[in-house]
Amino acid sequence: MTILLLAEYDNAGIKDATARALTASMALGDDVHLLVAGKNCAAAAAAGAKLAGVARVLHAEADSLAHHLSEPLAALIVALAPAYDALVAAATATGKTVMPRVAALLDTMQVSEVIKVVAPDTFERPIYAGNAIETVKCIGAKRVITVRAAAFKAAGAGGAAPTELITVPAPPARTEFVGAELTRSERPELTAARVVISGGRAFQSAENFRKYLEPLADKLKAAVGASRAAVDAGYAPNELQVGQTGKVVAPELYIAIGISGAIQHLAGMKDAKVIVAINKDPDAPIFSVADYGLVGDLYQILPELMLAL
Amino acid sequence: MKVLVPVKRVVDFNVKVRVKADGTGVDLANVKMAMNPFDEIAVEEALRLREAGKATEVIVVSVGEATAAETIRTALAMGADRGILVKAEGRLEPLAVAKVLRAVAAREQPGLAILGKQAIDDDANQTGQMLAALLDWPIATFASKIVIEDSMATVTREIDGGHETLRLPLPAVVTTDLRLNEPRYASLPNIMKAKRKPIEEMTAADLGVDTSPRLTVVKVTEPPARRAGVKVASVAELVERLRNEAGVL
Repeated sequence: MTILLLAEYDNAGIKDATARALTASMALGDDVHLLVAGKNCAAAAAAGAKLAGVARVLHAEADSLAHHLSEPLAALIVALAPAYDALVAAATATGKTVMPRVAALLDTMQVSEVIKVVAPDTFERPIYAGNAIETVKCIGAKRVITVRAAAFKAAGAGGAAPTELITVPAPPARTEFVGAELTRSERPELTAARVVISGGRAFQSAENFRKYLEPLADKLKAAVGASRAAVDAGYAPNELQVGQTGKVVAPELYIAIGISGAIQHLAGMKDAKVIVAINKDPDAPIFSVADYGLVGDLYQILPELMLAL
Repeated sequence: MKVLVPVKRVVDFNVKVRVKADGTGVDLANVKMAMNPFDEIAVEEALRLREAGKATEVIVVSVGEATAAETIRTALAMGADRGILVKAEGRLEPLAVAKVLRAVAAREQPGLAILGKQAIDDDANQTGQMLAALLDWPIATFASKIVIEDSMATVTREIDGGHETLRLPLPAVVTTDLRLNEPRYASLPNIMKAKRKPIEEMTAADLGVDTSPRLTVVKVTEPPARRAGVKVASVAELVERLRNEAGVL
């Protein structure tokens, strides 16, 4: 089986989500080709060639591919599709936008957010915010898959795949990229961090969120997350939301502070190895999934925790 | 400009679903149903565009069993102008729904289709993207702001590292994220008024769409259970246990 994996990258190289989706791709078959598409992305293509498990890198250069807009990127993948049995991407904002377009253009169904490859045509995926796991089998020959990165380990380095510069079809460049506002942070990426500390509504303000939660995250070299309530209230930016419709994380240690634990939030973090919950309500649902619960006021507990660590 | 808003009837977001003992799916008997929350946001945005004079008519469409009419009625009570119910039996996948919606769009010629980014039952997050592909329209997913001006949509979208803004020529598809707006509640007079608004009925077959699934559901199971652990008495005990018992510090 030959698999095409869409790569996402930044200045630091291939993104962790793609390295994890590579592990899922290798469970499908051993001939995995990595598509590195963009503008001036030779360095990313070179980084992709070093990932263990990549058999070949397809390097696509075009102005239209600069921002991974859905139409030109989907057109490129569809043009490459005849040579592949499976088309795979991590279920990131880009993967989730592009791959269903690819699937529809190929008249096939996508399997979204795969958490386990049971067989090359059979997959497990969460439904109902992770309250049920559905096993689906593909009927058609061509598979289009997005991978829930948190469910797979990242593929390591050690590869030396050949890289091929490929031609890009002229796309309908109708959508114009106006600009992006990316949050700059020295902290690890939320979906790749070993430790995640998330705050909820109990922080009461953006100022408290910064003052009480962020120093703790810095001390533990943790990524910062937030519940939907905290994001809706403006305490934390949207890209920090952990949950069914935000980021799904599976760190070694997840510390939920002042988060009640709605099922939509649990969907985003219940696969963490160790969960700690700090909440002043002893009946908060978060305690039902926490390995260690501490009942109390975060304004007392967090300063104490800073001193104890 | 007409705005087309597809809506889906799903299990209410507050309900914790149970997997059926025979593993064929989740138990939907006597479970509270509601409009998919992201679709409510889509309806609200369409209404705001109409109220701002950017849209002339808001058409709500639902695909599924006859009970989907309730969901259309909810949208009409919020203020949508008319509904279309496309009846189809069995499990409907995003590709099939997108094909039905393409056929509806071909009849109605909307300038904009606004969809929820995902339904909270199958969590597929595909239908809007597939509809855009089938219509060969541009798309902006995960919208947190939509501005319509001079036949262009300027859409701010939530992406992994923050926000980005795209400009799309209309007609286009936009899918909604949580923070696009806060949907209104239907007032009692509007609920009464909605009962007189028209819902046109047809079947997927009338539109020439084959809705048979492309994926076979082998089984549906409970996720691995996570047991509640222990309550610790103090910060000192927490740190000690994380260090020596769990080994994660």
